Amino acid sequence: MTTKPLVELAKTIRSKNAGVDQITFDIVFRDRETYELVKRSGALTPEVVSRLYAVPRERITAFVEFDPALAIKFTIRRERPSGSPGERDVFGAQQYAPLFDLPIPLGR
Amino acid sequence: MQPMTVLAPLGMLGYGIPARSMERGLARDPAVLALDAGSTDPGPYYLGAGVPFVNRRAAKRDLTMILDAAHQRRIPVLIGSAGGGGGRPHVEWTLDLYRELCRERGYRFRTAVIDAEVDRGWLRSQVAGGRVRPLDHDRALTATEVDAATRIVAQMGVEPFLAALEAGAEVVIAGRACDAAVIAAFPIRAGFDSGLALHMGKILECGGAAAYPRHGSDSLLGVIEDDAFTVEPPNPDKVCTVASVAAHSLYERANPYELHLPHGHIDLKATRFEASGDRAVRVSGTRFVPAVTPTLKLEGVARVGFRTLSIAGVREPQLIANLDAYLANVRTRVADTYPDGYRLMFHVYGRDGVMGPSEPQRATPAHELCLVVEAVAPRWEDAEVICALGTRNLFYARLPEVRGTAGTAALMMDEVLRGKPGFEWTVNHVLPLADPLELTTVKLEVVGR
Repeated sequence: MTTKPLVELAKTIRSKNAGVDQITFDIVFRDRETYELVKRSGALTPEVVSRLYAVPRERITAFVEFDPALAIKFTIRRERPSGSPGERDVFGAQQYAPLFDLPIPLGR
Repeated sequence: MQPMTVLAPLGMLGYGIPARSMERGLARDPAVLALDAGSTDPGPYYLGAGVPFVNRRAAKRDLTMILDAAHQRRIPVLIGSAGGGGGRPHVEWTLDLYRELCRERGYRFRTAVIDAEVDRGWLRSQVAGGRVRPLDHDRALTATEVDAATRIVAQMGVEPFLAALEAGAEVVIAGRACDAAVIAAFPIRAGFDSGLALHMGKILECGGAAAYPRHGSDSLLGVIEDDAFTVEPPNPDKVCTVASVAAHSLYERANPYELHLPHGHIDLKATRFEASGDRAVRVSGTRFVPAVTPTLKLEGVARVGFRTLSIAGVREPQLIANLDAYLANVRTRVADTYPDGYRLMFHVYGRDGVMGPSEPQRATPAHELCLVVEAVAPRWEDAEVICALGTRNLFYARLPEVRGTAGTAALMMDEVLRGKPGFEWTVNHVLPLADPLELTTVKLEVVGR
């Protein structure tokens, strides 16, 4: 089956703090067809995110599809609140890159 | 009811209002100017240190434009999360700026000042009563943490703003507040639906961020009616689209379908976003669900010591290949002299400096690495000593594989840097409270001539 990397299908892939204890990720699509294709593909699930980010499944606190924005959204709980000593990304803004290469099967 | 226009001049006081956006926004005859001035996003330092995260001069420029408009048009101004953190020193900082401006320009406003800091003794009793619950994590709040906290604030909802407006305030300067509430308060007081008003508030609180293109701080207009509201950028070079407005519901929140405030939440499950002409979006169907018991969100920080930094580069391939052993060796050397009482951390840029253990490409580091050494200790002197010792041991590391013996790190400078005092969010909790006004005091005064 042919696949395409997620970065070629999505319009926006981003990450940002959702409060001080979580980082939320948004993957927004340009059209409904692509959005539905990725949703149905089963290639982006909490389990996949858990593997990709090497975080236990229970730290993925939300995984939602938001039809009005044609967006798939998930949230990871931080190990420590933002800005604690040793902080790497106060705003949680540069955590999305590993999603780019995620292969999405194009079906049939 | 007659539609009501709300202008959010910008998404963060001090980030800059484009003059043309303000002018065109005001031409739409807004009934109120409302804006958010704070966030927890830049980290715990600002709340702890009691300082703003914006420049005073920049904030003064924005506030001048806002007060000029309020004075000329006789419309109220609501400012939430004043000074960034929304604690007492932050509100004071904003008030100082505000009083100075009123003096300089000869303005006089009935002004409400709303405090958001939480009394420690009161909170200890709530903790003892088992009423405080963690939010988004599982760290229980203890009396010890309440005592150790440098500053604790509670996010207010619409109620204190309504009380201030009821008392005749023309300008409201509030401590930590839910951003949506600051903007929704005036329409709610006029009798508009809470669900619509709060949803509009949530979109307007970031100013122009819900319009395309997204660059730059900018203004946003909201027009609320009985069964819908419309958002539109006053900047003619920008547009609101269904995509830009709907996508904003995702921003900085885990659950795009719900937004929680003290007295209830808004539910977006039946929300409809429709284009209204080429530049505006009409939103309807958002419902307000009142809370059985109002619930306040508490935010607080504690000081964890002082932070020092140094910066070093590594280029030798064998050092990069054996980096973990190299750093372990440095830690051991530091611990030989100072066994405990500090934290020593290495940020390895070029390998996993941004993502840490989540970095999938950790095994293939770059040909040169940047090491940032971070030390945290209870006193400045200790933090400097640990950071300096860590850096020196990076320089003098001995590993069997390494050929260079004169120095194993390229130091950007030999001296270490003092950062800021280090703080940590220790309070991110919720507390049910029958009367959400119990915690906030609204003080009324006349400022100006």
